[in-house]
Amino acid sequence: MAACSVEELLAKAEQEEAEKLKSISVEKELDLEFDVGNLLACDKNRIESRDFRERGKEDFLRSLARDNTQLLINEIWKLPTERNEEVLVAKLPEQTTRLPREKPPPKPRPPTRWEQFAKLKGIQKKKKTNLVWDETAKEWRRRWGYKRANDDTKEWLIEVPGSSDPNEDQFAKRNKAKKERVAKNEFNRLKNIARAMKIKTPGVGLLPKAQQSKDELLKAVSVAKTSTASVGRFQDSLPKEKPPKNSGKKRKFDPLIGDFSSEKQKQLELLQVMGNKTPKLDLTKAVNTQMREEDREEAAARRRKGRKMPGKGGKGKGGKAGGGKGGKGKGGKAGGGKRRGKPGKQ
Amino acid sequence: MTHLDGVVKPKTKRSKRFLESRAPKLVEDVKSTMIMKGGNTSQTVTTALKDIYSLKKPNAVLYKKKNITRPFEDSTSLEFFSKKTDCSLFLFGSHNKKRPNNFIFGRMFDFHVLDMFELGIEKFVSLSEIKTTKCPLGTKPMLVFAGELFDTDNEYKRLKSLLIDFFRGPTVSAVRLAGLEHVLHFTALEGKIYLRSYRCLLKKSGCRTPRIELEEIGPSFDFVMRRTHLASDDLYKLAHRQPKALKPTKKKNISSNVFGTTFGRVHMQKQDLSKLQTRKMKGLRKRKGEVVDEGQEPKAAKVEN
Repeated sequence: MAACSVEELLAKAEQEEAEKLKSISVEKELDLEFDVGNLLACDKNRIESRDFRERGKEDFLRSLARDNTQLLINEIWKLPTERNEEVLVAKLPEQTTRLPREKPPPKPRPPTRWEQFAKLKGIQKKKKTNLVWDETAKEWRRRWGYKRANDDTKEWLIEVPGSSDPNEDQFAKRNKAKKERVAKNEFNRLKNIARAMKIKTPGVGLLPKAQQSKDELLKAVSVAKTSTASVGRFQDSLPKEKPPKNSGKKRKFDPLIGDFSSEKQKQLELLQVMGNKTPKLDLTKAVNTQMREEDREEAAARRRKGRKMPGKGGKGKGGKAGGGKGGKGKGGKAGGGKRRGKPGKQ
Repeated sequence: MTHLDGVVKPKTKRSKRFLESRAPKLVEDVKSTMIMKGGNTSQTVTTALKDIYSLKKPNAVLYKKKNITRPFEDSTSLEFFSKKTDCSLFLFGSHNKKRPNNFIFGRMFDFHVLDMFELGIEKFVSLSEIKTTKCPLGTKPMLVFAGELFDTDNEYKRLKSLLIDFFRGPTVSAVRLAGLEHVLHFTALEGKIYLRSYRCLLKKSGCRTPRIELEEIGPSFDFVMRRTHLASDDLYKLAHRQPKALKPTKKKNISSNVFGTTFGRVHMQKQDLSKLQTRKMKGLRKRKGEVVDEGQEPKAAKVEN
């Protein structure tokens, strides 16, 4: 009795197992090819056109899709899973289908001159801490940047070293040295970039281009002219060549202790101008204001013409003498205001 | 930004970030698509374009205006658009008497056209016509290709690769098991391609793996293959080249036997055996003046016996 029941139980268990697996098993001639990393399945089995037409397209396609999706899901469920914040997640493997890239792969940056030297010598990069202890402020400050530790530029007292000129400005000297260091760094950075991009940069002057403009050609000529031993003093100029426009110093200041008589003259003139009761006449400014007024009146007249179309032509109030009245300045403004007021009243 | 022989140097952090996002990278981001209309479009084509746009929502641009170009004759305007928007996939819809309801699927490499496939829409059922609950936006779809044409015919192989590229979505390392809802099924049969989009419902089965039931949502297309423009083999190979940095570095000196035990070789230098470190036994330690006797004592013993 017991033996029979055991056999029965076993048979039953087998049947149940088979039934369970039936619901998720799919019979296919050829196995599908899976690329689980891409959630992709490829079915190579032949599709019978007869089945397709008999059963009706949509139903046939739907059952085919169901079978294939079931197989794909079976594959996905075989993957290792983990619980990520109460969510069951399956880790996908690497993708097996090779797909073309969007852009060609990036070329590695060529090493800079320093990097080549360091590699040659075997110098390793030392990791530096972000914050440095500042003795004067007694706190941790960043190594460089805003409010840095041990800031050189903020010093109010610089000792004059024994070997230097006592009249030399140490603060200015420090500033100048820093500017030179910054400029040198920037120059080297740009040279590295140019070397990386393999762009040829000229030492001084212009970049080679297909079409040069007139200004650039003139600049090229002037640069070529001054690149002689005597800095262009004994070079003949071309028949129609004009002297370069912006050569020489950009801003010129008189030296501090220069010509005493001219300085005295200038200062006396200044006092005279300040002490004058009548305003000084600035010819250019007067002419400009006059021209502007004329333009405004012309525009107003044209507008009136456009609206009413009267036979009036030309300027109404134009054609006054330029030097008749003062330009800008306190007296000038008051005078102008008075003058304008008169025609209004009339 | 100043131009120096066609190279733009960024002057602000924002422009620098923008240029970096467009520069070629080792591991690339999702490919974005531009969806555009041709000189003349029918109602079917416009609704179909809108449906595909909604399928590809975050990574697609849909242009509203019509572009009077012919991609198969002159692809320069397409390349210009792709360069401006940094899109490497495109879908061009048009309609005329000779080619009604026309879709051109294409992809670019380095902003030049790589492959183009012209598919005619014979039957189209849009998203709005099928009234069921849809999948949420941005779910990664499962792709299934059926039919032996996809493996035998060269053109169909390229088309399969393009369709995978087009519809696969962003690359992820792990996927939520409950979130596998969307299935796109492509069938190639008798020269036609059927695209159906289903929502899969995971039903309880006896064991851990669920049973699948499908419910049709989404657009369904019946395509017929028209013209194609395939890339030459060299260009195709060039486009597939991966940078060396991505190749996994081989671990050397690891081997395994049949049973799965891993072995490694240890290379020893020559040892000086006189300086070998062994166990110290006090009894065997040499004492002063004994060396000479040891040799003679046993001999003497023998003689006596």
